[in-house]
Amino acid sequence: MATRKKKTTKKAARKKSGKKVVRKTSSKASSKTSGKKKAKAATRSASGKFDLAKDTTRQLNKALHKPGGTKVFTVTNPGGKHSVAVGAMDDITVNVQGHVGYYCAGMNQSATIDVHGNAGPGVAENMMSGTVRIRGNASQYAGATSHGGMLIIEGDASSRCGISLKGADIIVKGSIGHMSAFMAQAGNLVVCGDAGADLGDSVYEAVIYVGGKVESLGADCVEKPMGKKHVKQLETLLKQAGIKDDASRFKRYGSARKLYNFNIDNAGAY
Amino acid sequence: MCGIVGLYAKNKKLRPRIGEYVSDMLIEMSDRGPDSAGLAVYPPSDAKSRKRWKLTVFSEDARENWSALAKSLGEHLGGDVIISKRASHCVLSGSNVRKGSGNVMDKAGAWIEAQRPDLTVMSAGDTIEIYKEKGLPRDVVKKFNFRDVGASHAIGHTRMATESAVTTEHSHPFSTGQDLCLVHNGSLSNHNRLRDYLKTQGISFKTDNDSEVAAGYLAWRLGQGHSLQKSLMHAVDDLDGFYTFAIGTRDGFAVLRDPIACKPAVLAETRDWVAMSSEFRAIAKLPGAKDAKIWEPEPGKVYSWGAN
Repeated sequence: MATRKKKTTKKAARKKSGKKVVRKTSSKASSKTSGKKKAKAATRSASGKFDLAKDTTRQLNKALHKPGGTKVFTVTNPGGKHSVAVGAMDDITVNVQGHVGYYCAGMNQSATIDVHGNAGPGVAENMMSGTVRIRGNASQYAGATSHGGMLIIEGDASSRCGISLKGADIIVKGSIGHMSAFMAQAGNLVVCGDAGADLGDSVYEAVIYVGGKVESLGADCVEKPMGKKHVKQLETLLKQAGIKDDASRFKRYGSARKLYNFNIDNAGAY
Repeated sequence: MCGIVGLYAKNKKLRPRIGEYVSDMLIEMSDRGPDSAGLAVYPPSDAKSRKRWKLTVFSEDARENWSALAKSLGEHLGGDVIISKRASHCVLSGSNVRKGSGNVMDKAGAWIEAQRPDLTVMSAGDTIEIYKEKGLPRDVVKKFNFRDVGASHAIGHTRMATESAVTTEHSHPFSTGQDLCLVHNGSLSNHNRLRDYLKTQGISFKTDNDSEVAAGYLAWRLGQGHSLQKSLMHAVDDLDGFYTFAIGTRDGFAVLRDPIACKPAVLAETRDWVAMSSEFRAIAKLPGAKDAKIWEPEPGKVYSWGAN
């Protein structure tokens, strides 16, 4: 209970003095040295540089949401923090130098977010458009429920990659874990490496391409013929992701369409 | 939700600072578990130190007269009992070498249980010490002065209670036998039935906590003569629910995630240390973390360092 109390008091204090944290820093800077330091601080925000060892994630995300503001952002020392670069709505570029925690690039719209490190659970969750690139590995449920745009993972992705995918394209250069593309409705999941157990369980109309081995397919997910148009589509996706691979070596998987609606005759498909 | 941290010093020079590093890791995991926090500490041990027994005992009474307790216990055992107090906990230790009698530590434990049922024995072994309390990790770290702890390795936990009460006894780590402990992030669904079964096998429980059942289960399997690795593989079959476990042993630690692996875990290794945590951010501030090899442990697979 003591914690709660403290939190409320802090919140209340912040509310009272408006944007207390931000103003305090700038007033401190201006009181210590006049013009020079002030100008430096202004340049820093204008150039879109954020050091998360000092700046808060909220300060960063607020700047990303500012309409007509800076176009290119650089984020250093993310230190595995949660919600880095979420909710961007503009044609901006965010370069993140290091590993991020949960929900990086969530709800992304239009922005290009490039993470030079690993991503924690739920990267690019519910993305609407834009491009998110993870240079390292991604944890669970990468790209979950994302509607549009492209998520590129240059390393491996773990379990539940592209769960409930709703239209985005996810390209994984490495391998993915179990239960990936579970109930995926639309969009493409491309995996250059291997896929874990129960791939595409209860999948709807999303398309899954796997270059390597599939440990096992989930309920109602089947291998489908790889036609010319599929090779072409895959080539386009790989090119867009900047990944060199031979599209013709991939296999295609999708829904057997038996479990869309419950029908007792199809009970065996579960 | 809970937070798990673990740190193992590969480089002996890091040992005096393990407490400091693990304290920061615990505090970083506060929002995963603000209810209580605990730490299992393994001070550097050698052949000589391992000839002694150690019990970490908890008393709710802040004015507990540990010296008097040690004196009475010493008289009972026929040897000196040394005390080392840390806040509400006290490590009682003595020599395990005794002619013609059974295990002195078991005897000491049984005596405490019979004479002072109000006390709780948190850990037993020749190396391990377990300290845990209710409260924010920051406050628990301060209370026990964890920053001063030197160790070869340590396992910590921050708890967000979901299925049983918030008390010191319900907090993690749980002892799972001599020099062994377990911390858990997740929830078990078959713990009631399993607890009943384990009770018939002679395993005793202090609380109604699900994680304590996992600890009791391991103690039971190990007691049957299984290796830690094998006991954990059996756990995958017999425990129903979600879990990421970290298990501390005298020589290292092990990590296991359930086959569904919803509960997060990150492992990182450098030349100097091996670290485990629920999230990378707890590892991020360790020296050399930037160049560490970082990976996510696979579901249903046992990872171990120095453990057997």
